[in-house]
Amino acid sequence: MFSDMELDALKEIGNIGAGNAATALSLLLSNKINMNVPRVAIISFDDVSNSVGGPENLVAGIFMRITGDISGNILIIIPKPNAYNLVNYLLKHQPGEAGFSAMEESALVEVGNIIASSYIVALSDFTKLSMKISVPGFAYDMAGAIFSFPLSLYGYMGDTAFLIETEFTEGIDDINFHFFLIPDDESLKVLLKAIGVSSFGWNGQSRNGGI
Amino acid sequence: MAEYKVAKSPAILVSLGLGSCVGVALYEPTKKIGGLAHVMLPDSSLSGKKDFNPGKFADTAIDMMIQDMVKIGVDPKRLTGKIAGGAQMFQIKSDSSIMQIGRRNVEAVKSKLALLNIKILSEDVEGNYGRTIEFNCETGELTIRTIGHGIKKI
Repeated sequence: MFSDMELDALKEIGNIGAGNAATALSLLLSNKINMNVPRVAIISFDDVSNSVGGPENLVAGIFMRITGDISGNILIIIPKPNAYNLVNYLLKHQPGEAGFSAMEESALVEVGNIIASSYIVALSDFTKLSMKISVPGFAYDMAGAIFSFPLSLYGYMGDTAFLIETEFTEGIDDINFHFFLIPDDESLKVLLKAIGVSSFGWNGQSRNGGI
Repeated sequence: MAEYKVAKSPAILVSLGLGSCVGVALYEPTKKIGGLAHVMLPDSSLSGKKDFNPGKFADTAIDMMIQDMVKIGVDPKRLTGKIAGGAQMFQIKSDSSIMQIGRRNVEAVKSKLALLNIKILSEDVEGNYGRTIEFNCETGELTIRTIGHGIKKI
């Protein structure tokens, strides 16, 4: 489907976005944030929720739709214990077992918003493509259910989804979450073309150098 | 996700973490044969590929499941249905209908079952939460587990 060079380029796109997002998160939490090298994966639907603890694992999900020159979805998954730690860190109290209050939910959504915005700004600067993100949606539920919507958009094309995943970790307070960029099918080609790496009408020149 | 299974009692068919997808349980009570499909999308005619997985779409998944049930001796006239799922997990304002995929799945499943004259005995659909469902082929009972919305048997 994609050549190694194209996959590397997409990984680099993920890296640039995630680097910016990690910086923003680090400023927000005044702590050191580690991020792993983004994983570019074409994986079956069932394996997507397995990557965050299985379809029934309880997680907080923050979802944003990307529109503009490319379209797609951003999904930030924070497993329950880490979401509790994050709320505790931001608001200095533990959420109750019944779930998040409006204030706690709003704090989580805001963190998601800041990270996603930083990611998209870096991506947009790098690719010179215009992108807007929607107001975030929030759900605290089973991972499988949360993933079902962005994955169903892929369902018309095949049985696999294309994801660029980065994991962010803050060690001291055990705050850990997964950032998924899930571009719509056609948008992958647009992304590759924008950085001059594309077998779809590739002209042999890199517009941004380096890649 | 995007598949279906048919089984004879004693067996329990399970679908984990349904969100916008719809679980369609069909049952033949005298033979105690059940089928459960995890439908992801409403309509196979929108598929971008010709060799798509039929378990994914409301129209094709239900047809295939009934075919498999007929193969093991089920009279399709005796089938009854129960459905669950079709949630909208995220409330996001969008001008396109893609955010409504859960509701569209529910509508597609209902019209397919109506077309086949299969009566829907009970349902637990839409809302904004996930569901894990278990279909007991001994009793025909569909158990729905949620987070924060209790357990239901329909």
